[in-house]
Amino acid sequence: MMEQPNLSYINSMSGGEKAFGKRLLAIIKKEFPLEKQVYFDNLNSGNHQRTAQNVHKLKHKISILGLVKSYDVATRYEENLRNNDATLQKEFEAILLVMTDYLNKV
Amino acid sequence: MNCIIIDDEETARVIMAHLCSTVVGLKIVEEFPNAIQAIKYLNHNSVDLIFLDIHMPDFNGIDFIETITQPPKIILTTSDANFAIQAFEYDCIVDYLLKPVSIERFQKAMQKLESINISTPRTSSAATAMAPSAENDDSASGDNLYVNINRRLVKIEMSTIYLIEAKGDYIKIKTEDQEYTVHSTLKKIEEKLPKNTFLKVHRSFIINVNKIVDIEDNSVLLKRDVVPVSRSKRAELMKRLNLL
Repeated sequence: MMEQPNLSYINSMSGGEKAFGKRLLAIIKKEFPLEKQVYFDNLNSGNHQRTAQNVHKLKHKISILGLVKSYDVATRYEENLRNNDATLQKEFEAILLVMTDYLNKV
Repeated sequence: MNCIIIDDEETARVIMAHLCSTVVGLKIVEEFPNAIQAIKYLNHNSVDLIFLDIHMPDFNGIDFIETITQPPKIILTTSDANFAIQAFEYDCIVDYLLKPVSIERFQKAMQKLESINISTPRTSSAATAMAPSAENDDSASGDNLYVNINRRLVKIEMSTIYLIEAKGDYIKIKTEDQEYTVHSTLKKIEEKLPKNTFLKVHRSFIINVNKIVDIEDNSVLLKRDVVPVSRSKRAELMKRLNLL
């Protein structure tokens, strides 16, 4: 069973201010697909160093959505990519899929 | 206090601006999605504080710090704990926040900022006082070296290190039992290592001279690693060896 995202961080940040929570979520929803696309573009062009940077950037949103274990996977995947090794690609992309589904629903 | 936010991620800028809005007297005057735009702004404007992301494409936060003359106080923000040690090398750094930044950690950073007299130039001791609390110790102390790996400061006994290799923005530290990948440069770690034991034999390699197994014309063997030796470093290497 994959780890599931949650809104704990966003709720703690908004401190009951619903408008801010909504705004933050809207920005994440807008930015996430773009970051994901850049990741896939760099991965498909074989640029592991750039891909590592994209994974690094995506880690923030992984964390924001409370995915603790997934964050560790992403960190290791980023490290692998810096060594020109794409091990953990499938695991990382499964995390992206879970996030995509969640952001589409929430 | 006027401040700016530099981060290529809008989500991060929005969170930081929200956190700043909770502090009386802290005013965000501008936000920038890249460091170049911020430099242009700072050429004509002055600010008291910068929230600066380290990982930005093309021109990162460290490039930014090294580019601006007389930097104001800076609070670094990043998802990478490995930068902590490097961050302490700059006097302008007040604190180092790991993303996503929590309210509690942000407030702690503000307390650190408050404890500094903004109008007084910082002394060298201030740098220690303002380092993140969990990371106050020197990164190198005595026979050990502390490296930041996945948000933990890991102790490495220096005598166990036999090879350090540069890998892009990272260095690979090889010890007798383990390998560590750390976000740093050879130059920085070289300054922390004892000079009588370690030698940079190539622009990408530092070796522990005591761990050499054998030497050929332009390479040395350490455990199973064959390491190239630059022509310019060979004489220095030979001087270090107890030759018969």
